[in-house]
Amino acid sequence: MTTIVTGNGISGDDWADRDVFAFDCFWNGQELPEEPLAVAFPNDREAADLVPWLDRIGLIVVDFPAFSDGRGFSVARRLRELGYRGRLRASGPLVSDQLRAALKVGFDEVAVAPSVAARQPASHWKVGAQESYQDRIAV
Amino acid sequence: MYMYDDFDAAFVRGRVAEFRDQVARRLDGTLSEAEFLPIRLKNGLYLQLHAYMLRIAVPYGTLDSRKMRQLAYIADRWDKGYGHFTTRTNIQFNWPKLKDVPDILDALADVDMHAIQTSGNCIRNVTADHFAGAAADEIEDPRPTAELLRQWSTDHPEFAWLGRKFKIAVIASEHDRAVLKSHDIGVRIVRGVADEPGYEIFVGGGLGRTPMVAKQIRSFLPKAHLLPYLESILQVYNLQGRRDNKYKARIKILVHETGIDRFRELVETRFQEKLPQFNGVNQKILRRIEGSFVPPAFEAAQPMPPVLGAGLQSWIDTNVAAHRLDHYGIVTVSLKGIGETPGDASSDQMRLLADLAEEYAHDELRVSHEQNIVLPHVPRRHLPAIYDRLKAAGLATANIGLISDIIACPGMDYCALATARSIPVAQQIAERFHELGLEHEIGPMKIKISGCINACGHHHVGHIGILGLDRAGVENYQITLGGDGTETTVIGERAGPGFSYDEIVPAIERIVSAYLDVRTDPEETFIECFRRVGMTPFKEALYPPEEARSNAA
Amino acid sequence: MAKKFNPKMATGNDLLEGDVVYFSDGRWTRVIGEAELALSPEAEADLLGRASQFPNQVVGVYLTDVKLDDAGRAVPAHFREDFRMLGPSNRPEHGRAGQGA
Repeated sequence: MTTIVTGNGISGDDWADRDVFAFDCFWNGQELPEEPLAVAFPNDREAADLVPWLDRIGLIVVDFPAFSDGRGFSVARRLRELGYRGRLRASGPLVSDQLRAALKVGFDEVAVAPSVAARQPASHWKVGAQESYQDRIAV
Repeated sequence: MYMYDDFDAAFVRGRVAEFRDQVARRLDGTLSEAEFLPIRLKNGLYLQLHAYMLRIAVPYGTLDSRKMRQLAYIADRWDKGYGHFTTRTNIQFNWPKLKDVPDILDALADVDMHAIQTSGNCIRNVTADHFAGAAADEIEDPRPTAELLRQWSTDHPEFAWLGRKFKIAVIASEHDRAVLKSHDIGVRIVRGVADEPGYEIFVGGGLGRTPMVAKQIRSFLPKAHLLPYLESILQVYNLQGRRDNKYKARIKILVHETGIDRFRELVETRFQEKLPQFNGVNQKILRRIEGSFVPPAFEAAQPMPPVLGAGLQSWIDTNVAAHRLDHYGIVTVSLKGIGETPGDASSDQMRLLADLAEEYAHDELRVSHEQNIVLPHVPRRHLPAIYDRLKAAGLATANIGLISDIIACPGMDYCALATARSIPVAQQIAERFHELGLEHEIGPMKIKISGCINACGHHHVGHIGILGLDRAGVENYQITLGGDGTETTVIGERAGPGFSYDEIVPAIERIVSAYLDVRTDPEETFIECFRRVGMTPFKEALYPPEEARSNAA
Repeated sequence: MAKKFNPKMATGNDLLEGDVVYFSDGRWTRVIGEAELALSPEAEADLLGRASQFPNQVVGVYLTDVKLDDAGRAVPAHFREDFRMLGPSNRPEHGRAGQGA
């Protein structure tokens, strides 16, 4: 089962039984259920494309192909700037040292890759209380 | 000088504790080497040829005696008694042990210093004009803006994992002493039509494999708009910059491939969206920062003691620049002693520089990108005393701006990326022209040497640039001519085939002889001469026809 | 015609100290003269495989060409490895010269 980390600790994936639809599901002609959907977000796509459908989305899963590929951090910031208020998940081999930044840019949670989860116990996934320079200069 | 408040101090200590924990997790295997590598780089720690190397940030090149003495202490306690000042105005120690690095970082925090973001694919240490606060031609001190950018960029959650490194410089005068246009973003402080303060912004400069001169993206940006504008540039870059090829991942490539006009549109659109998110608090912070960069309590003019001795006179003529006050001077202490390693200082030399700053120069020191140390505020009456003390420590070389004032990266004597040595080439060039007694005859001349294509030695913007390569397992040196790193930035032109390690110094000598032959008069500098006559006479000197070569032999 | 095979050794840097180290039959040594040599392509793959089993002790492990000097001792074939062996040429006092003997 996928390990989900939030600012409050580790949990299981409560979306695991439901589908995650492709980024282009709203305009590729496929049949979609009525309830809020989960949508996969490859990190080279344009966030503005999802704007007309944001209120139909309950979860956006932003892909991190590598922990060092930081495009997802800007994707999250952009989605929040564009008004998305639903759940936002970072998914990929992120390491615990990146949790703080992920939460700061607007992610609610990180789906930890099994390869990383196997090595990094729950105690490593902590945020700390430290204020950031960006909080201080209010950006 | 900026003094840490409680927040800065707690932040830096927090980062030291975090790194200590990361080292422990690396050692117990919960962090892999692949994961640890970018984390240690973001804390300034490289693994070089012989050992680890710790690069410590000197924000906008500014130090005081307390900081300089602590660097000397670190050199003695944990390293081999010396450090290397770099072209990014940082200092590097070449021999730290991984297990000691958290303690070194704590020692830095004791004096309000750190090594954060001196490497890695993030926003690097912000540089500024090394004459800031002392130059007669500046509009205002550029360092408060640089400090605001340091704070904004430190641990920025969105921009900690960029496609590539990102360098920002700030200047505040027409004359560019900070190689502004070779930066990813260059910020120049200007005044608007109604004399209102603002910035001219350049983007997409860089040296390395594909050298580019930064292009103007905004001719005037009101001061309060700086952070949202820079966030817009960074966000466009982070999302759209190439990630498929390390050598095409800098913003210069994105700007080049997108075109500056289209790139500007993308940034300006983003900027209009972002502007309302910024509530002006950063301008209150900026004003508080400005309050900590007040000029020192300058003394009144007093008589200058007589200058006795040609050595002192020559040093004053060559190493002391005009200050905004007539009875002050800006002293550049050369770390380019003839035959020495450019940019290296021993711990004793560091302590002497700290003493001189404290006793004579309002306790301020600067690191220049040309790898020298500057005392920015020196009453001229103290020049003889300072000269005597420097001389006794081997630091009174009168060669600033001359042929032996060479920029050289560490090259293959230290660097894991290097393809050839830089340091011995610099040493030999300096020794050769000193031996010929030609330094002053040749006049202003900037030689810059890089030991690999990454161009840390700025060879593209040297009047004479030297690039060391590995050609089939042998060191080979390519020459570029006509480069310029000032407000009239030009990327140097390649002269032709490279030279072996043994041939490179004679080749430089032939270039210089050709210059002395073709210049109109001694007032025409090398770069002026090159601009007038072009490459041809230098090419002929470098690559004489076979016949001439055998006649000369 | 088959390309002539260059003997290889495995080298890296000590994780804790950063020092240059060479692999020798299941352990790491700072003495280049003790380095184990691979004399065939098969031995080369085997050497790298065995040298890569120490991720929490040695980092950046790679193979590099060696040649044999007149006395039959292994010396680096490339100048980069000479500098790694000898230390910075501008500060010979920090060098490790002699350790290869």
